[in-house]
Amino acid sequence: MKKTLAAVLLTALLSPLAQAADYVIDSKGAHASINFKTQHLGYSWLTGRFNEFEGTFSYDAEKPQAAKIAVNIKTASIDSNHAERDKHLRSDDFLNVKDFPEAKFVSTKITDKGDGKLEVAGKFTLHGTTKNIVIDAEKIGEGDDPWGGYRAGFAGNTEIRMADYGMKEILGPTTVLLELHVEGVRQ
Amino acid sequence: MLRNSENSFGWVAIVMHWISAIAVIGLFALGWWMVELNYYSEWYRTAPHWHKSVGLLLAAFILLRLGWKFVNIAPKAIGNPWEKRLAGLAHAALYGLLLSIFCSGYLISTADGRGIEIFDWWTVPGFGELLENQEDVAGLVHEYLAYGLIVLVVLHALAALKHHFIDKDNTLRRMLRVLKN
Repeated sequence: MKKTLAAVLLTALLSPLAQAADYVIDSKGAHASINFKTQHLGYSWLTGRFNEFEGTFSYDAEKPQAAKIAVNIKTASIDSNHAERDKHLRSDDFLNVKDFPEAKFVSTKITDKGDGKLEVAGKFTLHGTTKNIVIDAEKIGEGDDPWGGYRAGFAGNTEIRMADYGMKEILGPTTVLLELHVEGVRQ
Repeated sequence: MLRNSENSFGWVAIVMHWISAIAVIGLFALGWWMVELNYYSEWYRTAPHWHKSVGLLLAAFILLRLGWKFVNIAPKAIGNPWEKRLAGLAHAALYGLLLSIFCSGYLISTADGRGIEIFDWWTVPGFGELLENQEDVAGLVHEYLAYGLIVLVVLHALAALKHHFIDKDNTLRRMLRVLKN
């Protein structure tokens, strides 16, 4: 009886490992960030971030190609460390956050490139326009955390053109580099 | 001559009135124009810098003007009882709108704790974010109150012209020069 119980418990405990686990991105604890950078006049990099977003992913180290990720970003949370500039970035010259309060990314196909590298293809919606993009991602690490949970984290980056999303390129034909750092807590 | 009398404004009040008028109309026009400037315009940085500098100087000037108003007698209002009452409300609203526009303008630029430079002479310190999305909220308030102010300025001017050309009284004349009793 005791042996059976132990076996059941063990199976119950181990079973999440047998399939892709679901993770919630730790935006609450701010172990995740979505940063951007674009060139200023072509002379330097201007960097900023989106402070509010949430997302989930599923991932199994044995089957990386079966992974999925979805992230929702509050566009009004853009922060370039300058209130006047942020106000301008939120206006209809750029993000038009009143009409398009959310941006989102939903993966459609993840390709394992080996060595912890992943190619995450998906649909990115920004400024009300959805385009296919590819994020070059890399697994940073996974394992138990000191507080009884289990975490996995990734970094990824991609490049977009504002004109592709129906935004005026009033700064010229510059590209915007997006950088994502996500740490998920297994559910 | 410098102070107000029962029948006329004094020179200090007259000069302060017209400096305020020029500054308010100039700031409105500058503000209207500068928000549409292209990033690569040579005025992109200068125009807002001047708008903020003149705006803050005008804020101090208006406080001074209010101080002068309170230590002086007000010349008797001219017109019907309802005209006098409406004029009183309009003048109070002009001052109220001005002060609210100064505050909201200040709150846009200082939302991140940055101070505002007045022509590179002094920096007025910022107190950071006092309310959520401060730069956006203050920006909208600043914009709409400025439209409201300019509408009131037009009505104020039309009322003065009505007194001058229709009622043919001293209302406008006593704001142009000091009238002898």
